Amino acid sequence: MSPILFWLFAFVMLVFGAAVVINRNPIASALSLVICFMGLSALFMSLDAFFIGIIQVLVYAGAVMVLFLFIIMLLDLRAEERRKINLVAVVGGAAVALALFVQIYSVVGQLSAANKPFPALASAKTDDVHSVGLLLFTNYNLPFQIIGVLVLVATIGVIVLSKRELR
Amino acid sequence: MVTLGQYLIVSGLLFTIGFAGVLLRRNIIIIFMSLELMLNAANLSLVAFSRFRLTAAGMPDYNAQVFVFFVITVAAAEVAVGLAIIVALYRARQTTHVEDVSSLKF
Repeated sequence: MSPILFWLFAFVMLVFGAAVVINRNPIASALSLVICFMGLSALFMSLDAFFIGIIQVLVYAGAVMVLFLFIIMLLDLRAEERRKINLVAVVGGAAVALALFVQIYSVVGQLSAANKPFPALASAKTDDVHSVGLLLFTNYNLPFQIIGVLVLVATIGVIVLSKRELR
Repeated sequence: MVTLGQYLIVSGLLFTIGFAGVLLRRNIIIIFMSLELMLNAANLSLVAFSRFRLTAAGMPDYNAQVFVFFVITVAAAEVAVGLAIIVALYRARQTTHVEDVSSLKF
């Protein structure tokens, strides 16, 4: 992938990721998150992970974000917008986040592999749906079934939590 | 050429944005979205390593992509349960502001 496209998609992803945090309106945040995930999906595809990129769009930009928007509309959060900002907490939180990024940056800087470009693939045609599916049903068969049980438990939990009176 | 380090820095920046969102915002739904950003930042570095460390056949290491698949599944289940909890909370307290819900605060 050309560096121009990489930086373009990384820029889009980071700008809209920051917009999620900065926006005061929850609906604007949710829509920014959709654009952010689109950029992330493009970065996945630039790494030849087409299956993960498609799943990212389908699951996150499709299902999860619709759920977020649905809940935001349901709760009618417009009244929450006006709150005064606690300046000390904002500065402290930003300092902690900045310290985290400095640590990540220094660790990546010390990594010897970090300066190397990605090696070329053996063949231009990657059959990644086939390969991921094969691994999923052979090496990772038990975790795959556990994930199925997890989704079932989550479904039941959501139904129980959404009942009108909780006891 | 795009290097592995550049992908890792971008992933670290995305994680930092999500982390800052969890620390700075007081709206519980925005905090939840920031959690999703952090999960996806981890996914990006996993996929970058998968592409960087080729197998003997010269293909990406698909173990990492299976792991990303699991992370996405768990995140989707987590979003469903978390949003149900937020709806239940809103029904009980009529708020999504974390400072209004401090009964368990030490």
